[in-house]
Amino acid sequence: MSDTLPVQRKITTKPRPSDVAFRGIVTSFGFINLAILTLIGAFLLFRGIEVFKVEGLSFFTDQKWEVTEESGITSGNIGIGAMLIGTLIAALIALVVALPVSVLTALMLNFYAPIWIRTFFITVIDLMAAFPSILFGLWGFFVLMPSAEYWAMLLNRYFGWFPLFQVDQPFFTRSPFIAGLVLAIMIIPIVTSVSREVFSQAPLDRIQAAYSLGANKWSMIKSVVLPFGANGVVGGAMLGLGRAFGETVAVYTVLNLVYAINWQILFGAGGNVASHIVTRWGEAGEYEVKALLAAGFVLFVLTLAVNFLADRIVRSTVKKGR
Amino acid sequence: MTLIQNQIEIPTPSKPWVKTPLQRVPSIAVGIAALALAGAIVEATPLKGKLGFFLVFVPLITVLQYLLARIRATRKAAQDIFVASFMWTASFLVFLPTASILATTVTKGLEGLRLSIFTNTMAAASYTDPIEMGGLLHALVGTIYLILLSVIISVPLGILTALYLTEIKGPGSAFIQFIVQAMSGVPSVIAGLFVFSAVILATPLEASSLMGAFALAILMVPTVTRTSQEVLVLIPNDLREAGLALGATQWKTVALVVVPAAKSGLITAIILGVARIAGETAPLLFVLGGTDALNSNPFSGFNSGLPLYIWKGFLIGLPESVQRAWTGILVLLILVLILFTAARVFGPKKGRF
Amino acid sequence: MNNEGEEMETREKTTPSSLANVANARGQKKPGTAPLGSGLEARGVHAWFGKHLALKNVSLDFSSGTVTALIGPSGCGKSTFIRTLNRMHEFIPSAAFAGEVLLDNKDIYDSSVDVTKIRLQIGMVFQKPNPFPSMTIGENVLSGIKLAQLNIPKSEQDDLLEDCLIRAGLWNEVKDRLDAHGGSLSGGQQQRLCIARSLAVKPKILLMDEPCSALDPGSTLRIEETISQLSSSMTIIIVTHNMQQAARVSDYTAFFLSDGGPGELVEVGPTSQIFTKPRDQRTENYVSGRFG
Repeated sequence: MSDTLPVQRKITTKPRPSDVAFRGIVTSFGFINLAILTLIGAFLLFRGIEVFKVEGLSFFTDQKWEVTEESGITSGNIGIGAMLIGTLIAALIALVVALPVSVLTALMLNFYAPIWIRTFFITVIDLMAAFPSILFGLWGFFVLMPSAEYWAMLLNRYFGWFPLFQVDQPFFTRSPFIAGLVLAIMIIPIVTSVSREVFSQAPLDRIQAAYSLGANKWSMIKSVVLPFGANGVVGGAMLGLGRAFGETVAVYTVLNLVYAINWQILFGAGGNVASHIVTRWGEAGEYEVKALLAAGFVLFVLTLAVNFLADRIVRSTVKKGR
Repeated sequence: MTLIQNQIEIPTPSKPWVKTPLQRVPSIAVGIAALALAGAIVEATPLKGKLGFFLVFVPLITVLQYLLARIRATRKAAQDIFVASFMWTASFLVFLPTASILATTVTKGLEGLRLSIFTNTMAAASYTDPIEMGGLLHALVGTIYLILLSVIISVPLGILTALYLTEIKGPGSAFIQFIVQAMSGVPSVIAGLFVFSAVILATPLEASSLMGAFALAILMVPTVTRTSQEVLVLIPNDLREAGLALGATQWKTVALVVVPAAKSGLITAIILGVARIAGETAPLLFVLGGTDALNSNPFSGFNSGLPLYIWKGFLIGLPESVQRAWTGILVLLILVLILFTAARVFGPKKGRF
Repeated sequence: MNNEGEEMETREKTTPSSLANVANARGQKKPGTAPLGSGLEARGVHAWFGKHLALKNVSLDFSSGTVTALIGPSGCGKSTFIRTLNRMHEFIPSAAFAGEVLLDNKDIYDSSVDVTKIRLQIGMVFQKPNPFPSMTIGENVLSGIKLAQLNIPKSEQDDLLEDCLIRAGLWNEVKDRLDAHGGSLSGGQQQRLCIARSLAVKPKILLMDEPCSALDPGSTLRIEETISQLSSSMTIIIVTHNMQQAARVSDYTAFFLSDGGPGELVEVGPTSQIFTKPRDQRTENYVSGRFG
């Protein structure tokens, strides 16, 4: 007995002109964002490309930044090597400090804290997120630095055998360490928020299963919450890292720019691409302006890459789901 | 056949798993003992100051509470206490800088807070004059211009993008979503550099509030888009279907049904966007020009903003100028906090976490 | 869909007599035939969520080595009750409690009690199978050891693993792939894995909250077989909304009801009696399908 299914009908509606216009406008606005992002990259590259051509790869590896201009002819032995490494160092210090603090705080808020403490801390963290970066710059310079200088001295005295904590000379102010601390405080809100959100989505039935097997709270967290949330926390950490890469005024006040890579994080010398751009901008001639724009392009690509990675990682958590 | 109900008295509800105040006494006592002991140790040894106390107190109270739990309860309960100590310490480390920042801003900034700063500019005074002279009017007006213009530029763009992502969900949606996400990661200094490079260098236009607004808009659009999206997604589909079932076109449904339903959330999105950019400094350094006098034309001529006022005060470095910087920051912080509170109050009642 | 050609219960209007046939066919177990410690007793259990009284004055004495089914329409507090038995009820922030639950004649809600130890002795299997995805099959079974931080030497663990999987009826299907991912099993297999997992910590009592409601009939029958076998060495309390299952599997049945108010225990007795000659009219109405 043959029972063939009928052919599916194609259902179409003729779109009304107002809808076409609506969709057109909204779609184009959506794509304007793409245009802006592309333009940002394009313009920075366009202006800076000359510098890339002249300096070549040494732009990335040269640590010195010397620009001399004589009557229209410019020559420069310039590179952002030191600045780039310095940016990475400060951001890594920030992450090393902020990540454990944020994850522990997120666990505390979700699993250990009574409700009134939770509400209080959420307000505190929202407040932290609202502070403008210039406030961190001022506070970091006037309030944190004197104390941090003292901590750096202690670290140097007692842990000076560790290469990172050695210093050639006892200058402990405006160091990568202090810049890292300020950045850490700035990225704690975002890493904590992302971690909290991820931990709160840990599947309740697995949590209950763990408890029903005789787990105490910590065993449960170790076996259910942390494996579940690991990806999300990494994504949050990368978002924080991206923010740390791009911070300008908060780092400017507490970091002494020196054009040589400095691994002694307690010593008052470091590099930062964003601060460097701001510092040199005021007196930059035409060539140097292009060079600074080129440096900006590098920073742009760097933060874009980190954010892209963070986005991917967080998405894969969502997909993996339960 | 009716059954006679058992008439029993319902007992009072209780929570036998919660520690009674009496049961908490030992751990509170241990806490106080730890404080005292830490104080004594700090007195007796070269460790000094708040740091010394902190470094002694935290391990001490952790160990003591652990031992107490071990003796009174089980190893597993003690383990929970031990882990909790780390978490409480971490939370304290989060709380401390925030409190410090807030306290510093208020105490240092309050000194310079007076009516005169809101009515004067720095045109006639210098940064090194005492704070009674001069003021931040030009910077405040500049910031207001920046906010207004940024809103005008970024709100349509942000909300329409959100509408594209939630209502139309066209073929490029995932990509645009990613683009918006990427834009939110653009450092503020880059936004400033871009506007400088693309507009100021390339066109006859010069630094002005409008230029600043362009740069800030780049930073504001992703925030507005993302928050608007969150709000629009929450609008139940039933509303949209109801509109369409009544014969409305899509754009009418969106404009007359969806957007009004999401109104409070969209306003929140805008306010949050403004709060984000009100304090941005870096872009202004490149595209605003800076001025000490009031420039009431946002479209032409160098202008100023609160962050620039603060920045200049800091850079000059003398006590009077630093005082101006702190007062400026206090004003800026109050502005940002008002905006955040407004967003909370007017926003949708859903708890964010 | 049933690939194994086992008999499935046909969907016909349940009459007490057909249920009674099933119950009688199983043969009623006499209490106390299994060599075990003392059972579990609930006395005057009341449970609240905030101000709302969800469970009123439930007293039940579960004999050792028996299977007791808790039946009743949805929302009558069976799940709430079963969660008061292993102190899972208190995880809900607004939860409140009154009454006693005695294990070995000691109240498990007493302040001196280590609640995590209680949960080792009173295990639980949940409605939705929830193996830990970050662990292999073998690790899942033994996860209780890690979670409860028990000291079991490595040499014994392998035997324990095999023993639990055999008792849960899963050994033959997974013995060659103990290193496979926990989530790679079918629904019914996952649930048996969860049963094996609960067995690893050697509970005296096993609580099962609608363990088969998310499974197909074939897996359901497999698990019911497992329950029957397990009942020789432990006490099992199973919540089920499926009366046929209660008739198939249990020695005693307790009927819960809530008519808009708090849930209450209406009647408890040997299963065959509940389904043939219930003492309470409400029980009779429910088991004969007049409501529910």
